[in-house]
Amino acid sequence: MSEETVNHPVTAKKINPRLESYKLFWRRLAKNKAAVTGGIMILLIILMAFIGPWIITNFTDFRPNETDLANKLQGPSAAHWFGTDSYGRDIFTRVIFGTKLTLYVGFFSVFIGGVIGVIFGIVSGYYGGRIDTVIMRLMDVLLAFPGILLALAIVAVLGGSLTNVIIAVGIFSVPAFARVVRGSTLSVRKLEYIDAVRALGSSDFRIIFKHILPNIMSPIIVQASLRIATAILTGAGLAFLGLGAQPPAPEWGAMLNEGRQYMYEAGHVALFPGLMIVLVVLAFNIFGDGVRDALDPKMKN
Amino acid sequence: MAKQELLKVEGLKQYFPIKGGLLGRTTNHVKAVDDISFTIYEGETVSIVGESGCGKSTTGRAILRLEEPTEGVVEFKGVNLAGLSKREMRKYRKDMQIIFQDPYASINPRQTVASVLNEAMEIQKVLPANKRRARIEELLETVGLLPYQADRFPHEFSGGQRQRIGIARALSVNPELIICDEAVSALDVSIQAQVLNLLEDLQQEYNLTYLFISHDLGVVRHISDRIIVMYLGKIMEIADKESLFENPKHPYTKALLSAIPVPDPDKKKERIVLKGDVPSPINPPTGCRFHTRCPFATEKCVTDVPELRTTAGMKENHQAACHYIEEIASGEMQPNY
Repeated sequence: MSEETVNHPVTAKKINPRLESYKLFWRRLAKNKAAVTGGIMILLIILMAFIGPWIITNFTDFRPNETDLANKLQGPSAAHWFGTDSYGRDIFTRVIFGTKLTLYVGFFSVFIGGVIGVIFGIVSGYYGGRIDTVIMRLMDVLLAFPGILLALAIVAVLGGSLTNVIIAVGIFSVPAFARVVRGSTLSVRKLEYIDAVRALGSSDFRIIFKHILPNIMSPIIVQASLRIATAILTGAGLAFLGLGAQPPAPEWGAMLNEGRQYMYEAGHVALFPGLMIVLVVLAFNIFGDGVRDALDPKMKN
Repeated sequence: MAKQELLKVEGLKQYFPIKGGLLGRTTNHVKAVDDISFTIYEGETVSIVGESGCGKSTTGRAILRLEEPTEGVVEFKGVNLAGLSKREMRKYRKDMQIIFQDPYASINPRQTVASVLNEAMEIQKVLPANKRRARIEELLETVGLLPYQADRFPHEFSGGQRQRIGIARALSVNPELIICDEAVSALDVSIQAQVLNLLEDLQQEYNLTYLFISHDLGVVRHISDRIIVMYLGKIMEIADKESLFENPKHPYTKALLSAIPVPDPDKKKERIVLKGDVPSPINPPTGCRFHTRCPFATEKCVTDVPELRTTAGMKENHQAACHYIEEIASGEMQPNY
């Protein structure tokens, strides 16, 4: 009975479980050194993407698309930290300006893929039956394509541009989200409080968005943070194949492709954009792993 | 007392398909509830008892259409709920509510008590938004909680308190029928008694009708007016409380009752131990479902399905589904253990 609570003061400290779980999440994340490193790297990369171009335009004479054919294919030096490319453009400047493009592809495509995938997954898991079969077989078809090939096909249809790359990589992320979300929805849907709300006559819309979605956020967040790395890699891959951002945009994949021709005489042209891709993907991957461990310690083994 | 029918279940069947094979075709069915009929009158408490897997919870869920019944009529105040569209059904949900077994799983951990109750009233448009807060506090007091606890989250309550929140949620839409699906089974014995007393008080105050689903005969004896005994998806016996406990007719009911512990150590009691396990509801036994374990079973039990019937020596409304009620009562047939 309630006797044991009668003596409590009315102003008892309220504990919000959402806030509590965030705190717990941060504590677990902070303990994971790899995740913290990844997180700091991501923050630096974001900082670089937004402040870097501003600093360069305001305090130096470098411009990303300014050619200087007299100084083409120069190795790294004090004047050109990362050297220059075949048009004599400063690679360091281009790498800094390209960060934003890379992050755009990563975040927006995962956002698009996440929204569509979550909707497919929830509908599939909640309604089951024929709808489930149709949606999941569709996802299987998407998964059966090698990722880059699928994105390639979509870009080939839509035409090569940064926006189309984002759409293509987004579509290619849909099945991964749909699968994870479907599984989580199936387990949450069976809980009695969902039945209780149904017995009250709630609409499916309310059940899905108010009772199921908030309770399956953890796997969605984990999936998103890991997926960004894949998306960046696919985006760069498409650009490398000449299907992404069009020249002279300083996209890292495109820069890699340009550098490919001078691999032997001037390896630095391809090296630095490639290194940046590795760094960014690595940062998102280890951060994503850390987020997963912090959100679901049971999965860790 | 003129009894008014509140809920009438007729020929209710709930089969769950088993999918198998490469193309996911339905290969078989689990016959969880197989053709049962009963009536609940206004203001009474009817219990369904039986072993796990006998279909008692499924019956409750099928009545509320949490599971779509395969076949049958569920008439609530003359309206066949099984025939309503999903949208029409929502209106009737206000009149019947359910209290669940697990107090830890039956409340969304991310909602405060107030928002749980508020949502219930919002869905059924019970009260205008500005009057709901007062009603929430009133409801909490009704179920024995304190108004200031309204803004707390479920994890701050004990199991018994959570069950009270579940009861408050069911009450918030002013229902007439409440289905208690093992509502006290997960609670400590002392808390069980408190919650049962609360349910009884609420019944008197609001003229509620209960369909009480339980496997605990002690609890059932305490709270019921009438009792339905189920076995493998069929009703074995249905009777008022006294008749069932004092004058059980079906061999299965007798076996169940013999399992109730007696607090008197000197009293010798015949304990009927049934052979074997409950058969699979996928391929239930032919004829009488109980024949594989019944000490009185004969050839006839294997082939013929017994109907529910009343014989001499049974009160009105007391029915049992056995071919040999008279023979067993007269001692003509002896158990064959």
